[in-house]
Amino acid sequence: MEITRSGNGAPGDFRASQLRARQMLRGDIEDTELEEYVQSRLLVTTFEKAQSWARSNALFPLGFGLACCAIEMITTLAGPRSDLSRFGAEVTRASPRQADLLILSGRISVKMAPVIRRIYDQMLEPKWVISMGACASSAGMFNNYALVAGADKFLPVDVFVPGCPPRPEALNYAVIKLQDKIQGHPDMGWRQRYGAEGTEEVA
Amino acid sequence: MPDATGLELIAREVRERVADDAVVGATLAHGQAMLEVRPETIVNVLSYLKHDAAEPFDFLASLHGCDYLPEEPRLGVHYQLLNRVRVERLGVKVRTTVEEPEIPSVVDLYLGANFQKRKVFDFFGVIFTGHPDLRRTHMPEDYEGHPQRRDFPIGGEPVLFTFNEHEGPYRDA
Repeated sequence: MEITRSGNGAPGDFRASQLRARQMLRGDIEDTELEEYVQSRLLVTTFEKAQSWARSNALFPLGFGLACCAIEMITTLAGPRSDLSRFGAEVTRASPRQADLLILSGRISVKMAPVIRRIYDQMLEPKWVISMGACASSAGMFNNYALVAGADKFLPVDVFVPGCPPRPEALNYAVIKLQDKIQGHPDMGWRQRYGAEGTEEVA
Repeated sequence: MPDATGLELIAREVRERVADDAVVGATLAHGQAMLEVRPETIVNVLSYLKHDAAEPFDFLASLHGCDYLPEEPRLGVHYQLLNRVRVERLGVKVRTTVEEPEIPSVVDLYLGANFQKRKVFDFFGVIFTGHPDLRRTHMPEDYEGHPQRRDFPIGGEPVLFTFNEHEGPYRDA
């Protein structure tokens, strides 16, 4: 859904539209003039599009860190320089029940993987996962017996971010890509392929 | 640090007070004194060094496992002791085989050895007999094998670099 602004944004435009709205409420505008006014003031879309627009602009990341990338994630989420609240994704939630974005920030050991999967299952749908950094995406420099090489082996990942650690801009870009994905392609069929539908743990 | 003479004195004291054949060797390398003892005497040796020695080493600074492949016996456990009055450090080492990796536990002497022994068990498979709670610390409880042994495969997944790209799927391109 795209919002375009009419008018050139001159200081008088706002005042003019306010007066016009007052005229409409008083009943001074009628017939075709009223029709034109209503068409210029309404946005028409489908419910799904409006819903995914709202969802994409209010992502609640889970307050969850794994390793050194977590420090980078915290500064990206809350730091003043690359403030993720510009994209509506800064409200970290301490409970997986209230969060809908899981950022895997760091290496995933074989001991931690079942824990992460359980946290993912405890999150309520719709939910999304960002795999941040080389370790979460492919075990990175710790390619040995202790780590799971790639988070997508045990849960569906929406966006992979390269880097060791990724720049804050890269994580911002990942969130923007995720927003595009939520708005444009809310589901590309891979959740079914992963068997990731209906895995919530509710009890 | 005990110097070479001091280390010989400690070794002689241990031989006299614990057992004649308790000490296998005493080496001074890189300024660090290391006393190698037989595994079955380790409790008595550490008990003597902690309680009865003239200059007691009353603090276990750290405890490590080690794999000496291809030497035999392969596994080793190092006890790094500290004399807090003189600020002197002494290493005590025991060696054991992979086939019977059993060493008496000294948790009763040094309580801090508890978790470090669990870690050595986890990574090297040394079994400390008499340990109150010998479980894995780092690896999952159902993990098979002891991954820091040198004959344990490093694991992970093969990655293509320039030195091995001819082995990879793009060699014909």
